[in-house]
Amino acid sequence: MAEYMDRSKDIGPYVPQADDDRIVCRCEEITKGEIRQAVHMGLWTMTEVKRMLRCGMGLCQGQTCTKNIKRIIATELGVALGQLEEPSVRPPVRPVEVGVFGNEVESL
Amino acid sequence: MKTEHADVIIVGAGIVGNAAAYYLTKAGMRCIVLEEEMIGHGGSSRNGGGVRQSGRDPREFALAAYAVKNIWPTLSEELGVDVEYRQNGYLVFGYNEEQDKSISVRIETAASFGVHMEMKRGADLKEICPYVSDHVVCAGWTPSDGVSNPMRTTLGYYIRARELGARFITGEKAIKINKIKGAARQVVTARGNVYEGDKIIVAAGYHGKFLLETVGIVVPMQKKLNEMIVTEPAPRLFEYMVGGMSGFYGQQTKHGSLIFGCPSGREYTFHELKNPVSTSVTASFICESLGIDLPILKQLKVVRAWSGWVDISLDGVPVIGAVEEVPGLLVAIASTGHGYGPGPAVGYTLAQLAMDQPSPVDITKLHFDRFDYGKKQPRYQSASSGGALLR
Repeated sequence: MAEYMDRSKDIGPYVPQADDDRIVCRCEEITKGEIRQAVHMGLWTMTEVKRMLRCGMGLCQGQTCTKNIKRIIATELGVALGQLEEPSVRPPVRPVEVGVFGNEVESL
Repeated sequence: MKTEHADVIIVGAGIVGNAAAYYLTKAGMRCIVLEEEMIGHGGSSRNGGGVRQSGRDPREFALAAYAVKNIWPTLSEELGVDVEYRQNGYLVFGYNEEQDKSISVRIETAASFGVHMEMKRGADLKEICPYVSDHVVCAGWTPSDGVSNPMRTTLGYYIRARELGARFITGEKAIKINKIKGAARQVVTARGNVYEGDKIIVAAGYHGKFLLETVGIVVPMQKKLNEMIVTEPAPRLFEYMVGGMSGFYGQQTKHGSLIFGCPSGREYTFHELKNPVSTSVTASFICESLGIDLPILKQLKVVRAWSGWVDISLDGVPVIGAVEEVPGLLVAIASTGHGYGPGPAVGYTLAQLAMDQPSPVDITKLHFDRFDYGKKQPRYQSASSGGALLR
């Protein structure tokens, strides 16, 4: 069971910041401002933000940006970093071609 | 421990729960949505995003068609979130004589509901999809089907419902329904909190089975592991939903990546797992299927694989509607792997029923009490679909 969260809790208004246009997820080109706005739309977990914006869903699978996204969301929600669960790490570790992956069936 | 009140208590923040919350709040009702994990944790966010009428069981066809006709076309506008709905058709591949016949049956069923579907072969098929290999001998084509983005749709309903005032509480696991004077009124959670309302909607996937059992309602269902893969973005290849009679299905998303799923035939052996995990076998089966049917995709790189639970109903169609035996209780569970496309219509239907309004379509054949154990023993239909193994 996940951490208890009353999604009607007031987290204050979205206040634009000078560096909102900075790109945080380089693969999918998602900015800090987009992530902060998503939190104010009610997306309070890293996975929800990821599923809406695609940050961390690109070729590197969040290996570069996950920590930064976590910090931005935690700051916006006013919670400790440890309170936010990171999205599931998913296979494959490195991108693999469909043709190569499909060959695996023969060895099963 | 505290008690909270609302007009309707909804268990499960998936597409159905969120849509019901949206339609109820829009009509001025107060709702509380309880979710054990996070918004859209289950199958609502883990499916192929197909919005399909064709290939439906006649019992659930009307719901799917209602969603396609009345909800999906304007959903992005209504929610203020681009749900990436594109009504560009659905192409389902057949590989042999037998599957050719199965597709013909689907065409007849679709026609009886006023949905046009036709058989494509040879040059006709290549015209729609130039990438198919010779392994595909025929295909059913349904121009009015389509695709969308399941994650954005599920979250979009949540965002709008919350904005309109629906209360969502996540990390709150419902464990019991309490009856007061014979009617379902309270939902008790693992944290000991009590949520009370005039109506209770259970749209909690497989977990709903256990919740319903606390008021003596048994829905025969089991869970099955389902896995999918997503590739890197590619140039535009096709704008319609693709599927195969082998069980594989997928689309090229608006983003450009291709998402595909296919059963390996071993799904039922993983039912004892607590959480869905990506196994070491299924992704390769999906890739093999793709390579055989659409060889052009072989060069694309798979960046991610994921899995989820499909809650399979004993007779292959969901349980949706009012549970008359427990007044005030409404359910939508056991969607059997095809609950996403009709999801908005199911949420709307439950919202109507919760406001004592008639259902927009006939759902009597999805009634909770339809399972007749004594006479004709129903069987898990999809248990026989062996997917790639049977090809």
